[in-house]
Amino acid sequence: MVRYILQKLLFMLVSIFVLASATFFLMKAIPGNPFQSEKNIPPAIQERLNEAYGLNDPLGVQYLHYMNNLIHFDLGMSMKQQYVTVVDIIKTGFIYSLQIGIFAIIVAIAAGVLFGLIAALNHRKFLDGFTILLAVLGVSIPSFVVAPFLQYVFGVKLRWFDVAGLNDVTDFIMPVLALSFLPAAFIARLVRSSMLEVLSADYMKTARAKGLSGRVILVRHALRNAILPVVTYIGPMTANIITGSVVIEQIFGIGGLGKFFVNSITNRDYTLIMGLTLFYAIILMLARFLTDIAYGFVDPRIKLTRKGG
Amino acid sequence: MSKKKYGFTLISVLLVLALVAVGCTPKEESGSSEGSVFRMNLATEPPSLDPAQVQDQVSATVVNGLYEGLTRKDEKGDVVPAVAKEWKISDDGKTYTFTIRDDAKWSNGDAVTAGDFEYAWKRALDPNLKPAASAYAYQLYYIKNAEAYNTGADGVTADDVAVKAIDEHTLQVELNSPTPYFLGLMSFTVFYPVHQSAKENEAWATDVSTMITNGPFTMSEWKKNNSITIAKNDNYYAKDDIKLSKVVFSEVNDSNTELSMYQTGELDYAGMPTGLIPNEQFPTLKANNPDEFKVQGSASIYYYLFNTTQKPYTNEKIRQALSMAISRQDIVDNVTKGGQIPAYGIVPPGIKGEKDDYRTEHPDSSYFKEDIEQAKTLLAEGLKEEGLTAMPTVKVTYNTNELHQAVAEAIAEMWSKNLGIKTEVSKQEWGVFLDNRNHLNYDVARGGWGADYDDPMTFIDLFSSKSGNNNTGFANPEYDALIKEAYSTDDQAKRMEAMSKAEEMVVGTRAIMPIYYYSTVYMIKPGFKGIFIDYKGDIDYNRGYKEAK
Repeated sequence: MVRYILQKLLFMLVSIFVLASATFFLMKAIPGNPFQSEKNIPPAIQERLNEAYGLNDPLGVQYLHYMNNLIHFDLGMSMKQQYVTVVDIIKTGFIYSLQIGIFAIIVAIAAGVLFGLIAALNHRKFLDGFTILLAVLGVSIPSFVVAPFLQYVFGVKLRWFDVAGLNDVTDFIMPVLALSFLPAAFIARLVRSSMLEVLSADYMKTARAKGLSGRVILVRHALRNAILPVVTYIGPMTANIITGSVVIEQIFGIGGLGKFFVNSITNRDYTLIMGLTLFYAIILMLARFLTDIAYGFVDPRIKLTRKGG
Repeated sequence: MSKKKYGFTLISVLLVLALVAVGCTPKEESGSSEGSVFRMNLATEPPSLDPAQVQDQVSATVVNGLYEGLTRKDEKGDVVPAVAKEWKISDDGKTYTFTIRDDAKWSNGDAVTAGDFEYAWKRALDPNLKPAASAYAYQLYYIKNAEAYNTGADGVTADDVAVKAIDEHTLQVELNSPTPYFLGLMSFTVFYPVHQSAKENEAWATDVSTMITNGPFTMSEWKKNNSITIAKNDNYYAKDDIKLSKVVFSEVNDSNTELSMYQTGELDYAGMPTGLIPNEQFPTLKANNPDEFKVQGSASIYYYLFNTTQKPYTNEKIRQALSMAISRQDIVDNVTKGGQIPAYGIVPPGIKGEKDDYRTEHPDSSYFKEDIEQAKTLLAEGLKEEGLTAMPTVKVTYNTNELHQAVAEAIAEMWSKNLGIKTEVSKQEWGVFLDNRNHLNYDVARGGWGADYDDPMTFIDLFSSKSGNNNTGFANPEYDALIKEAYSTDDQAKRMEAMSKAEEMVVGTRAIMPIYYYSTVYMIKPGFKGIFIDYKGDIDYNRGYKEAK
């Protein structure tokens, strides 16, 4: 187990190094600079600015400089927002993305499992069909349709919630719902199909034959096995939700991290592009890593180490 | 293991309850109180609130409330005294002596002195300003030795820059040449004073607690990347004129959301200059809310540049033909639909001329007219001169934007129908586009230009051969001579005449193809008065108020 974790961590470090290098050179290959605008600034001033941000150095020197700072956990200053460090931007923005993200994950799992169970236990009945219909809708309607729809119905027409912003608790409801719609539907389908499979397994018959109560069978035997595919899905879902809230954040006017992902590139805010790419990469890798570990705990049949263990 | 199921059930039940509970809470209606709060949208976080560093409209919109210069502009666009109560201009028009009012104060109670202005201007010119030199410092180049100091010329120091605090209340400025619009420039951000506490703390403009300002408002709250609130400055000398207690700026970067917020009363103002109302909603909004939906001209121009170094666009007749074969009226009526005005010159209406509006004194209708028949003849002649049998495919490039695309497609259609020319429209990412345009790597490209100051020169200067923004390859010694003539005198009649001649030349040779003069489209809630859009499309909310019902 320890060896497995160390192996994974080492692999993550190598990936980050490769990613940072690739991003650095790709980003520098795009024409443009952080000070571009419709109105060009005089060449002398442009020169000063390049000098101040070290953009006049040869590319190799800039790269080594950046990597050196990175090793010392220094992501530098934003080139667009003055006197704001990249770390500060990530911190202030990520809090919002994380808040709606965590709520969305909880809602997605809770609703997904609940609906999946209802469907499976009512197999081929009305409730099953109804839940499946909802799930198909959920999987096929993109969030940029769900979000404005919620906004229009509950914000503009019914006036239950503020249209945008994240100032009090109620402001969370619409973005969280919009964000959890798809993963919830996906989980519901997963739970339903694996539940159906488990319910018809032999050990379920044994359990019933032993005279165990329905609830015990459902929880201890059925659900525990049926939940496995969901656990696999939690990792990628978490990463998707936390890094993929760009559209939702824009529509609901939430100052999360998402908008910087696109803006930083348009602005050629080099330090911010690097910082965000690395930050998102680490989140993705961590999410996968934790999923692997969690899987080992939930399903004892799975061995993390290939040889012996 | 049964804990797990209980956990899920508990969370589900709690969430459902929360939803129900929240759904029942009545929303309080905002705006029913004093009505002294004004809420608008910035769309993004301002990159800097340091007057020396401001270079975009978002930052300027906030900074214009926080600071005040020596003069300001009233609703009619006239220059009126602000921090300076009076001024004298020498006979040669080169030396300005400002007298600072005695009661001008910073938000912490300190007096605003002539020294604060000297400090601020020299700071903006400082080539070693932190974190980087000011991008708009060139606006101070009218001052003697300012350019030399800013560009790091040998032996020129800050002491050589000709701005001097004679005493606490007297500021003397010496200019390179007479500049009739210099007084108007004083209300431009880079000319605002800066409190000298900035010397000790370079990052002062990023924190509410270290921002000391002298304008009608001062910083109250700054939720980074979410919202900014500025509150009335009780130390402002004319605080009785300031009726708004607060201005709240949102940072919502979605035009549909912005409109919804306006409609539900979360915003009092939507649209330009810093926000946006979706184009396709204009007709509905205009019909349903005629009192709130406003369209106003703003001093900016939308045009296409020809690469005059690239065949066949080297040929004047071909450029003329292309420029004459489109219908600008159709574009503004059917494509942009925002009250824009067809353009036949490069100076928009709203810019001051000798006595009246420059555009009224020198109408652009005399420069050229759209004429398809003549365009056809010109094109045939031009192609012959170039030894071509047919016009090669015209490549139009623009930066990614729905409106630019729609305009480009409409023009392509008109060229195809009227001249039988094939056109290829292609969008490019902003930075790539600018890079290509700067390096004359295009056939026909989109351009836009807004006024920096209230004088035709802010547009005319653009096409001088030494202008860093003349991306057309157009270089004409006669044109440069006319600009020089206009710069050399403060006789307004002579200046305007020279500039009008220059304008006719650049439009006449069609180095560019003017399309339309921009407009500002916005919505404002009924009851708000005294909030206005100035000539260049900036919002001024400083002396706004809400009428009691």
